[in-house]
Amino acid sequence: MDNEFTIDEQPVPFVPGQTILEAAKAAGYYIPHLCFQPDFKRHGGCKLCTVLVNGRTQTACTHKAAVGQEVDVNTPELNAMRRSLVQMLFIEGNHFCPACEKSGACQLQALGYEYEMMSPHFVELYPHREVDATHPDVMIDFNRCILCELCVRASRDVDHKEIFAVAGRGLDAKLIINSPTGKLGDSAFAVADRAAQVCPVGAIVIKRVGFATAIGDRPYDREPISAEAESCELPEVR
Amino acid sequence: MNAPGDEKVKIRLATTSLAGCFGCHMSFLDIDERIFELAEIAELDRSPLTDIKHFGPCDIALVEGGVCNAENVHVARELRASAKILVAVGACAINGGLPALRNRLDIDTILTRVYRDPITDQPCVPNSRELPLPLDKVYPLNEIVRVDYSLPGCPPSGDAIWKFLTDLILGRMPRLDHSLMRYD
Repeated sequence: MDNEFTIDEQPVPFVPGQTILEAAKAAGYYIPHLCFQPDFKRHGGCKLCTVLVNGRTQTACTHKAAVGQEVDVNTPELNAMRRSLVQMLFIEGNHFCPACEKSGACQLQALGYEYEMMSPHFVELYPHREVDATHPDVMIDFNRCILCELCVRASRDVDHKEIFAVAGRGLDAKLIINSPTGKLGDSAFAVADRAAQVCPVGAIVIKRVGFATAIGDRPYDREPISAEAESCELPEVR
Repeated sequence: MNAPGDEKVKIRLATTSLAGCFGCHMSFLDIDERIFELAEIAELDRSPLTDIKHFGPCDIALVEGGVCNAENVHVARELRASAKILVAVGACAINGGLPALRNRLDIDTILTRVYRDPITDQPCVPNSRELPLPLDKVYPLNEIVRVDYSLPGCPPSGDAIWKFLTDLILGRMPRLDHSLMRYD
């Protein structure tokens, strides 16, 4: 039997070792995700990529594809769950799109558009969080952090600097910075680091390049996130 | 000549701005000449465009702005009691918007720092009975009154408002496609 499984009843080929998300991407099938990027270790944290594999919920970014699996991705129930997840991420931080430099290029916002989030629905938490602008080239606005840990993984696994970590649990979880003062300016962080480029929201913002692309001309202003040209090199078998 | 009772009953539409900037109302006017089409089927109740002082029974209410003071609460409640369908329009009505950036600060600290006598440098917070008391925080509309629908955008475009309103009037579930759906 060929290496094939189905997504929403359509056959999808895969290479042994590939996750469902990787195989779907390679086949041009969109599965939403926030904490996944192909270059970094799988995290399975945001749960946006939750799919049904033979009727059981799994995160598509961590679950290996297997012959004959029947995967449901685009169902009203799963999409409603994804919308609720995005809504919870919105109320958990301070996400004011009109004032955010990332607006139009923000994956959280784009997923709100994708799943027709008309309002955050839940009661706003308005948490008290700081902005760290101590670094000469990069600013961190913790109000917008969604704890996807992409910067943690990029800094640890690619930059080999371990600048970021997530401390605390539940609602107390927060991004912390590895420096004597806890400030980014006192860390070894550099604007050329991979970790400076991976933030899917407007938490890690590079200074002096803001609004180079006008609001309205940005990627998700032009096209829905699901229409992104999906490309993903086949990973080595692990 | 129309027989009695033959005239079309017009939809009554109310609009108001709470802690907003009137940008959503400006955007409402961006429906341009379609406002004539709207006038054929709808009549304005209390709105900044009519100067009616109190809401009467109305079918659809569009509310711009979050809730930042006692007067906003009063207006929101009166409108909720009068309207069959209440729509939170724009970022401020939906999540407090930019006025809600003050929520991390203590309201007393803000007032006493902003209002100071230039000579004595003592706090002189205005305290006229005519001034509505500010709330401790700026609240999204749905935390004060029940909201039936939300129309995001800062402001939503005239096209988005038109699509939403016509969907509502025609009894369809209001939906915005990607080109009309914006949070900024």
